Amino acid sequence: MSRTPLDTVEHAAATPDVELPWAELGLKKDEYERVVEILGRRPTGAELAMYSVMWSEHCSYKSSKVHLRQFGEKAPQSDAMLVGIGENAGVVDVGQGYAVTFKVESHNHPSYVEPYQGAATGVGGIVRDIIAMGARPVAVVDPLRFGAADHPDTKRVLPGVVAGIGGYGNCLGLPNIGGEVVFDACYQGNPLVNAGAIGVMRHEDIHLAKASGTGNKVILYGARTGGDGIGGASILASETFDDAKPSKRPAVQVGDPFQEKLLIECTLEAFAEKLVVGIQDLGAAGLSCATSELASNGSGGMRVTLDDVPLRDSTLSPEEILMSESQERMCAVVEPEKVDRFLEICDKWDVIATVIGEVTDGDRLEIFWHGGKIVDVDPRTVAHDGPVYERPYARPEWQDALQADDAGKLPRPENGAELKDQVLKLVSSPNQASKSWITSQYDHFVQGNTVLAQPEDSGMIRIDEESGLGVAIATDGNGRYAKLDPYTGAQLALAEAYRNVATTGAKPLAVSDCLNFGSPEDPAVMWQFAEAIRGLADACQQLGTPVTGGNVSLYNQTGEVAIHPTPVVAVLGVIDDVARRTPVAFQEEGQLLYLLGDTREEFGGSAWSQVVHDHLGGLPPKVDLERERLLAEILISASRDGMIDSAHDLSDGGLVQAVVESALLGGKGARLVVPDGLDAFTFLFSESAGRAVVAVPRSEELRFNDMCGARGLPVTRIGVVDGDAVDVQGEFALSLDELRTAHEGTIPALLA
Amino acid sequence: MTARIGVVTFPGSLDDRDTQRAIRLAGAEPVALWHKDKNLHQVDAVVLPGGFSYGDYLRAGAISRFSPVMETVIEQAKSGMPVLGICNGFQVLTEAHLLPGGMLGNDHLHFICRDQKLRVENADTAWTTDYTAGQEIHIPLKNMDGRYVADEYTLDKLEAEGRVAFRYLDFNPNGSLRDIAGITNEAGNVVGLMPHPEHAVEPLIGSGRTDGLPFFTSILKKLVNA
Repeated sequence: MSRTPLDTVEHAAATPDVELPWAELGLKKDEYERVVEILGRRPTGAELAMYSVMWSEHCSYKSSKVHLRQFGEKAPQSDAMLVGIGENAGVVDVGQGYAVTFKVESHNHPSYVEPYQGAATGVGGIVRDIIAMGARPVAVVDPLRFGAADHPDTKRVLPGVVAGIGGYGNCLGLPNIGGEVVFDACYQGNPLVNAGAIGVMRHEDIHLAKASGTGNKVILYGARTGGDGIGGASILASETFDDAKPSKRPAVQVGDPFQEKLLIECTLEAFAEKLVVGIQDLGAAGLSCATSELASNGSGGMRVTLDDVPLRDSTLSPEEILMSESQERMCAVVEPEKVDRFLEICDKWDVIATVIGEVTDGDRLEIFWHGGKIVDVDPRTVAHDGPVYERPYARPEWQDALQADDAGKLPRPENGAELKDQVLKLVSSPNQASKSWITSQYDHFVQGNTVLAQPEDSGMIRIDEESGLGVAIATDGNGRYAKLDPYTGAQLALAEAYRNVATTGAKPLAVSDCLNFGSPEDPAVMWQFAEAIRGLADACQQLGTPVTGGNVSLYNQTGEVAIHPTPVVAVLGVIDDVARRTPVAFQEEGQLLYLLGDTREEFGGSAWSQVVHDHLGGLPPKVDLERERLLAEILISASRDGMIDSAHDLSDGGLVQAVVESALLGGKGARLVVPDGLDAFTFLFSESAGRAVVAVPRSEELRFNDMCGARGLPVTRIGVVDGDAVDVQGEFALSLDELRTAHEGTIPALLA
Repeated sequence: MTARIGVVTFPGSLDDRDTQRAIRLAGAEPVALWHKDKNLHQVDAVVLPGGFSYGDYLRAGAISRFSPVMETVIEQAKSGMPVLGICNGFQVLTEAHLLPGGMLGNDHLHFICRDQKLRVENADTAWTTDYTAGQEIHIPLKNMDGRYVADEYTLDKLEAEGRVAFRYLDFNPNGSLRDIAGITNEAGNVVGLMPHPEHAVEPLIGSGRTDGLPFFTSILKKLVNA
């Protein structure tokens, strides 16, 4: 077997004319030339591997960076923010000395290729981000989007994704408390598998990804490094070396939740003993990312010996080791005198841990292999100085025609019988139907702190057993609204998540987002992206909820056809005492139902227009952020002071969807009266934002009305919790049995 | 005086802390036990908690059963120490042959998480005296491999001797034979069940019911009065 000489730094300098496969690794010509300019010579194969993967869209945000800056520039003043954008995850102060970290990320493409492992490793990755901040993970949420519910491929992708999320999250012992499941033909070849996680720590336990202190040791611990998730590096390896290599390896990583559970426990034990100076998880770009980010965020340089990395496959080349995305690995920086204790804790948990390098006093990242120096770079040029693109963007030509196609002109139901028929169609449609077939595959009880879980408006976790302090999280996004108007659509996603948190009684504090779009090389998509970010940043500023971090997923498109622009927004809230939380379910017959907010004729992008007319056109509902804020304040006060016993936000499907859900969950019906000034159709199906339905005990009616009146929130009495049907007086009645069959039968019939 | 109740942590145990909380809420003292440590640290009873010990690799409970701590647990259980196995703990108890039968994958092949209705069939075990026989309760259930199976002879024997401790009501969530949710050994000191009583000990949290608390008050009374 003949080998070309090891491509060391020295070798590279001596052989400037060697052609490297930069194009195959995804670099553009000018990007490669920039690498050569930075180094003052051609890169070694290992250096090229690092630059190519760290300068990829996924890791460098090169297309989105110029727009994402707005989240910082427009960030509202918030005392709650402890760690902002740029770290593994943002950290928020929730009071009583507690800090909460949370983030949403995408694992879209892998989940289409291999649904189970793609989704599973999505959960694993986001959870490691949370641990890396110093927190114990306490919950996960999963916003999911699939192609048409009755498309044959959906039956391949969805069950695999759900089983993967459950298989990984359940085995980690993390309650799954929220998320969404949405079907739309636009996601057919590009399902969106977003995963969010929350972690809790004391303020003093916050950890950051930085390598400081000359002589400190760099410890790689967790799973052995294998050939999974290497992607392009294999090309490089086969170019650099001969062909005597194992054949193609999977591009999608394989998860081992048991290993990750051990990683969580052993990391938290090391944190508790104050053994860790800096920490980084290994996700996308593996060791390339971890070493370059730790080194560039610290004060010195770093020297790493790749020979010391424990391998699952001894034939891996150094380039492959640097690029491997093997799961369940972390990298810690530990003072020399604490290394033994750190290794002891890893041993207690049967976790493999190895010193692979140390922090140096220079400013170079140097990596060695078989005695030769194969990487010698300024780590900042790898981690932070990637290319930045001002991609051209333009409002698409079809936008005007789409907006002119007003959903308000669609034929409406003309009598009670037609209304009844359309209500049944709505609540049994895949998007509006009960998702319990899916959510019952997730553990929501583990850890014994779950106060609310799906299908509640937000998930809620108690974080202090003594005081009852808790946090709530909701994730929302509506690609149909965003397609009609990306600026407004992004604001509506935020408004809904904000409202959902407040509906359960928690005060919204901060935002994380997962921005799912098509190709940035299409000016129309880039316009959607730019508009959505501008909308979201403006709205966060106005609502006083800063963006703490998030994720961008581009290239969600097949051929020329992009998905609907789909910004998914997560809002985190805090509640002083979880005993005051407000559930969705009707609690007691006789309680009065009030509609809060204004109802207008708004049907653009509505569930009704989709279910009844298969239509998408017009304008999405108007956004009034001051109204959202007022509504939230009323909901939180009413919850704290015991003025309401149940509450449900109004969003897709409108009032009738909300009332049906509250009735079915509580096992109690409702008698509704169409208020003066509204027709029954608009009353039931409009999707005007800034609204909620609440159930008020009769003893609180006066106090509640006075509070709304004094604060200027429109409030309309619309009925009473009563009986075993949803009865819209003078129009129609549907028994709870009939509704339950319609609402709960759809998803199992399609997927079970 | 109160009782010391040990909770074993295996690698991959998930509900160990929750079980300790339930023991505390019942008024007893929880003691954390480690799978590599044979010493039971003077506890009066042991709970094997739920989770995915060793990732449920090979077969649920099959590896944990050989942990050092289990040597002592098996020995002590045979001489009468009360032992409760919840979910994965139940699986460990059958693997350890402290309880008969075994668990297979759910018949519908999915993980299932729900608030499950049960009937208490035997209120005379060390862990069930605070219930009454025939009482109907709701206890959260969450498992992948929860289908209880045994041969006909064993099932008939369990029934005849009153050793079926809990039965699923209204809905059999995993295909368990004869709707069996939990069983006891002949002496009544070892009990195993798939549902999770430790997740039904506080109003508002989890299922929002406290139907699981009597497990822990039953054992406390027995130990304190002993």
